[in-house]
Amino acid sequence: MALTREQMAQRVARELEDGFYVNLGIGIPTLVANYVPDGIDVMLQSENGLLGMGRFPTEEEVDADMINAGKQTVTARPGAAIFSSAESFAMIRGGHVDLTVLGAFEVDQEGNIASWMVPGKLIKGMGGAMDLVAGAENIICTMTHASKHGESKLLEKCTLPLTGAGCINRVLTDLAYLEIKDGAFILKERAPGVSVEEIVEKTSGRLIVPDHVPEMTFEAE
Amino acid sequence: MAGFDKRVASYEEAMEGIESGMTVIAGGFGLCGIPENLIAEIKRRAVTDLTVVSNNCGVDGFGLGVLLEDRQIRKILASYVGENAMFEQQMLNDEIEVVLTPQGTLAEKMRAGGAGIPAFYTATGYGTPIGEGKEVREFNGRHYILEEAITGDFAIVKGWKADRYGNVMYRHTAQNFNPMAATAGKITVVEVEEIVEPGELEPSQIHTPGIYVDRIIQGSFEKRIEKRTVRS
Repeated sequence: MALTREQMAQRVARELEDGFYVNLGIGIPTLVANYVPDGIDVMLQSENGLLGMGRFPTEEEVDADMINAGKQTVTARPGAAIFSSAESFAMIRGGHVDLTVLGAFEVDQEGNIASWMVPGKLIKGMGGAMDLVAGAENIICTMTHASKHGESKLLEKCTLPLTGAGCINRVLTDLAYLEIKDGAFILKERAPGVSVEEIVEKTSGRLIVPDHVPEMTFEAE
Repeated sequence: MAGFDKRVASYEEAMEGIESGMTVIAGGFGLCGIPENLIAEIKRRAVTDLTVVSNNCGVDGFGLGVLLEDRQIRKILASYVGENAMFEQQMLNDEIEVVLTPQGTLAEKMRAGGAGIPAFYTATGYGTPIGEGKEVREFNGRHYILEEAITGDFAIVKGWKADRYGNVMYRHTAQNFNPMAATAGKITVVEVEEIVEPGELEPSQIHTPGIYVDRIIQGSFEKRIEKRTVRS
């Protein structure tokens, strides 16, 4: 079975380490905040200028001056800091954020990522994604392995305009967890019940399959 | 206006001198911390052919979105322009020129513009369409593109509190692009929720020192929320 969005978030959350400063993109990455393992403290960075994003507010706590990068009303946790956009991107470009998790349309075997524009369709803009992928050393891309029509999104070479070149080293799809190294995807784990053959079939970039590919496990919720 | 007293009496006075064809740098992120009354005054004056520099372009009927209604914006530099149907229509009809700019690069362009730095190298956008046609240099084995600073004829800024000398504090994440915008205008206009006496703001807590600010006005604000999200 392909992973649900919640399971994808759960799997990414296992990569969090105690003391990490983390930027979570919109969509599945946002859900990662719900699965921070017990005993681990992470500080969430929101690129509009908030380090230490807290929970969504109660009706009484809603404040128009307190939003996240997705423009949702949020709160600041104890120990949070608020600053300007220039300061925010100084910490991003300067490599001070320990982990960035973001979505993508395509990723290729050279670590290129395309996530901001589909020519001919509407262009909404890249927001902070280009700065995030250029600044972080540790990036996890979350995406579905293939399109609804079964076309692979893990490619030899991205077809869409790039967000960043050679910057992605880990990908979590609904079928597999992979690393990107030396011009190839390396299959590290597979979703429960998903065969190596299915992953091979749905990966059009160069794929290295080790002898043993463990299956992910999830506790029943 | 006497000495360091930057206060003006009306929004008309606050935007005195703005003309068609000028460049306006605006603070704000989405609808958070936007100078909503200064934008309304630009609409009232019906100036056109504006170049606007702002992270976003408001929504239909609010924020910078109101300047689209009478086609007052000719060109915009922004990082994200979703959420606005009129904008999309004008973009598809080639009625507005859009220069999509990575968010951090946009912030740094304003910061550099205000700080007398004409251009800077950044890795952001290298190897993407944003880097095309720009100078590339390698430092310590990594590629960077040259991005140029921005200054504006006007900067319009939303603060929380200011004193009459133009020292400004921002509230929560309504800070965003406002401090950089404030440095980058030939004329910087700041509207705030409250003007206090000099000495009432703790000097070390001031975000924008008054040297950057030309005009201050106290206004009242709708502060519309774009995505009200609450926990159950």
